[in-house]
Amino acid sequence: MSLARRAPVLAVGSTEAQLLRQHIGVGQIFAAFFLVGASSFGGGIVGYLRSSLVAKHGWVDDTTFVELLGISQTLPGLNATNMAVLVGNRLRGTLGAVAALIGVCLPGAVLMAVVGVVYQIERDRRLVEAALKGVGAAAAGLLLVTTLQLGQKSLAGIDDVIFLLITVLCVNQLHVSVPRVLIIVGTTAVVWYGWRNRAMPR
Amino acid sequence: MNEIPTLARVFARLSLLTVGGGMAAYPELKVQIVDVHHWLTLPQLDYLYGVGQVAPGPNMMMIVSIGSLKAGVPGAVIVFLAFFGPTAILALVVGRLWKRFQGRPWTVAMQRAFAPVSIGLLLAGCLTFAKGAVTGWVTALIAATVFAILLRSKINPAFLILAGALVGVFAFGSH
Repeated sequence: MSLARRAPVLAVGSTEAQLLRQHIGVGQIFAAFFLVGASSFGGGIVGYLRSSLVAKHGWVDDTTFVELLGISQTLPGLNATNMAVLVGNRLRGTLGAVAALIGVCLPGAVLMAVVGVVYQIERDRRLVEAALKGVGAAAAGLLLVTTLQLGQKSLAGIDDVIFLLITVLCVNQLHVSVPRVLIIVGTTAVVWYGWRNRAMPR
Repeated sequence: MNEIPTLARVFARLSLLTVGGGMAAYPELKVQIVDVHHWLTLPQLDYLYGVGQVAPGPNMMMIVSIGSLKAGVPGAVIVFLAFFGPTAILALVVGRLWKRFQGRPWTVAMQRAFAPVSIGLLLAGCLTFAKGAVTGWVTALIAATVFAILLRSKINPAFLILAGALVGVFAFGSH
């Protein structure tokens, strides 16, 4: 595979340049997201996305993944669909975004449309509920691993850990709503890192 | 009889409430679907929500069921477009602007700030989720086993989730 190397780019743009060199097709993007959309049973879809996009395909690194996840959480919309749009757009522009979004949604949407149609049929739900309990527990394990792996790559300093703990505390203990946490803790963090960057340039 | 315009309106509005994840819109979704429009009863909605949580894909796909239940395939398509279209376009626009301004001092600061806050939100959601899912020693064992395996290998998580479903059937299905 010949890698058409461009002129040297700034350090911040390096992952971008790396992606531009890979020539990932729209079909490939659709296929990868479709697979995540079809296999992500149990609700830990951010975990599946990391496992596919970072670990398996190497299309984005952990730093970019967390950055796009941050944007996804800040905007309205589900994290999974926002991630699909943002990553698809990074890889292949608008077409990539559309392919990723449809890919990640299609299997679940078709399944749930069918569920809606056959919903009227009354069934013994005991076995389903038993399976769901197992699935939920397994998904909890998956989500925890994902959080840990992202944290290991993206959290470097004591200030990072402090902002993380404040966020968890606000949401889980003080029951502050997520948009409010984003505004209060997010803005404080931006101001802090902005000041720190100016005080100690790299 | 034609509920499609109402479905489109309700779900387009709900989509804008999903800041920080689908769960954020759930209370309003409940009000609109159960109390205002009487599309479902509360137990029906809870059941669909439960199935939707386990179904593959983004976690609010259960809204598509409501569309198909009320207006067939066109209903499902309209609800899907109304709920995911506006936020997808917004994400696309913001993603492009973000790329354009990359490297400016304030975007670098935001980039740094995103890491702890977004991982914090992920961890908070994960803890809440685990609290609901881990209810006894069997579920604790399942969660811990999946955690330990995924820490060491790159196996597709779907296999472990399916294994979890099987364990669940054997452990809780008999009584």
